[in-house]
Amino acid sequence: MKCLVTGGNVKVLGKAVHSLSRIGDELYLEPLEDGLSLRTVNSSRSAYACFLFAPLFFQQYQAATPGQEALRCKILMKSFLAVFRSLAMVEKTVERCCISLNGRNSRLVVQLHCRYGVRKTHNLSFQECESLQAVFDPALCSHVLRAPARVLGEAVQPFPPTLAEVTLGIGSGRRVILRSYQEEEADRTVKAMVTEMSIGEEDFQQLQAQEGVAITFCLKEFRGLLTFAESANLSLSIHFDVPGRPAIFAIKDSLLDGHFVLATMSESDLRSPELHRLAPPLQAHSTPHLDDFANDDIDSYMIAMETTADIEGSRAVPSVSFSPGHQPPASPGPYSEDNDTEPSIEPGTPPPKKFRSLFFGSILAPAHSPPGPSPVLAEDSEGEG
Amino acid sequence: MPHWAPVNLPAAFLLHSITPGVSNMIAKLAKTCTLRISPDKLNFILSDKVANGGVSMWCELEQENFFSEFQMEGVSAENNEIYLELTSENLSRALKTAQNARALKIKLTNKHFPCLTVSIELLSVSNSSRVVTHDIPIRVIPRKLWKDLQEPTVPDADVSIYLPVLKTMKSIVEKMKNISNHLIIEANLNGELNLKIETELVCVTTHFKDLGNPPSASEDASQARNPEQMAEVRIDIRRLLQFLAGQQVNPTKAVCNIMSNKIVHFDLLHEDVSLQYFIPAFS
Repeated sequence: MKCLVTGGNVKVLGKAVHSLSRIGDELYLEPLEDGLSLRTVNSSRSAYACFLFAPLFFQQYQAATPGQEALRCKILMKSFLAVFRSLAMVEKTVERCCISLNGRNSRLVVQLHCRYGVRKTHNLSFQECESLQAVFDPALCSHVLRAPARVLGEAVQPFPPTLAEVTLGIGSGRRVILRSYQEEEADRTVKAMVTEMSIGEEDFQQLQAQEGVAITFCLKEFRGLLTFAESANLSLSIHFDVPGRPAIFAIKDSLLDGHFVLATMSESDLRSPELHRLAPPLQAHSTPHLDDFANDDIDSYMIAMETTADIEGSRAVPSVSFSPGHQPPASPGPYSEDNDTEPSIEPGTPPPKKFRSLFFGSILAPAHSPPGPSPVLAEDSEGEG
Repeated sequence: MPHWAPVNLPAAFLLHSITPGVSNMIAKLAKTCTLRISPDKLNFILSDKVANGGVSMWCELEQENFFSEFQMEGVSAENNEIYLELTSENLSRALKTAQNARALKIKLTNKHFPCLTVSIELLSVSNSSRVVTHDIPIRVIPRKLWKDLQEPTVPDADVSIYLPVLKTMKSIVEKMKNISNHLIIEANLNGELNLKIETELVCVTTHFKDLGNPPSASEDASQARNPEQMAEVRIDIRRLLQFLAGQQVNPTKAVCNIMSNKIVHFDLLHEDVSLQYFIPAFS
């Protein structure tokens, strides 16, 4: 692989890396035919982020040395971030950035050609790895809203930077409401301040959602994409469905697109009665079975991940992480996997390490799709080469 | 067992301009503070608890200078006041959003828990309306504790002097903090004020001159005192710095009153907000 980024695009690339660094500690680099893909996932598998830079973003783009397969690798996020640590400096001094993969000595070489003939070369060690792919499809989400990133930036402004989760929903009068989400703790002596921001429908370019729908997700992770979108002056779309299904945050322009897929809290996780103040919640597809949930851990929601062993895709190796508890509703909508066998949960034993797919359908290209439906019930095999 | 008074105390007021500066200032001074609401005034109170290092603060706003509408009903006709305790940072964050407000409303409400609801309608470029609501949890302070929250009486000062530019004082005290934990503040009736720190290795003094002294309350006291004689108090430097750090804008009036070896009293006026801050001598 060899690609050359010039001019203002170097800073854009740097900003994307900063954005991704908010999510995960490892950066997956994959040169594809349709561009360079940078992906990451967080440790609890509740957030996935991906930027795809089209070939036109680069002055030169070569996915793979002719005759060879493209190398997929993962590197430490903080190593790659260090190259673009100071965006101000990057903007001022860097003229060109050349990224190449040297398979022979396992180094990702990032060379910054700066002013005054200064050249900085970073040799980052990488690990070859499987392709990191989250299974999601925005088109399958029932609800979508889209607004200029600036509007959303202003919307989150009143919230404290330390706030972890926020609830987004449609209130009466088709107003879009953002409210700080606080876990209810009966023994908490000092209550936390609750902040709510209400924006009129007219500020949105697209609003396809009924009054009463709402999702709760991690604000800190969302800010990662929001900051990038604001600086690039792009519109941001939010595709979502019922609580518990991941929400997809997307930006796009002619040279790049970005997707952040964040898990949302399911209805049983949302103990706060405040959610119902938005409007009566959808009595939708799900009938939460409160007894079925193994624990109240706020992090017990996650994203389906699939990795492919090789491009040929002869056998998809469902390698997924697991997280205790959190089974999907027993009466699923048309799309979810049919996982109806529930293990009996004995008190005192650790929760069963069983993964439930939270996604509907697969976006893997037909050539790569696994044979038949895949109930992903495999143990985590991450770390195996 | 928490002390709740019945929170059926309606208090609604509309502000058309309020400087978040006041609440910012207070947020830097203490984690929690008391808000006293009475028919003609709003007070922010910090009483001299051990947790504050004996420091106390009294801040007063005349309601007519800020509110276009002000309604309140206290506990009873004789005690027409409300005392609330809240986290200062919450209020300052809530009011920060109000910097671009078209309208601001503050109400006492009881949504799941008693709170001060700050409701802000934001100015926006387009016609669209944006509304931010902050529910600040509060604790209503029962009447029996009100006596500890009254305006402190200011004893007669040995020396009263106008303060130098607070920003300058702050940058000096910030550097001094690295050398010593205690600072001596001294002044005389000749318009001279000194900030001194002393350690085994070094003594540093900063001299301010020609500051001017406010006219004294009683002629006799000032006649008797030698104008060159310094009145001094030794205080915890961090308390002084906390106070100075909260002063973003130079006040309209700033007076320092020193009661030798007892207490230093800062009396500031920022436009329509009066602030008094007491730092006791370090024992």
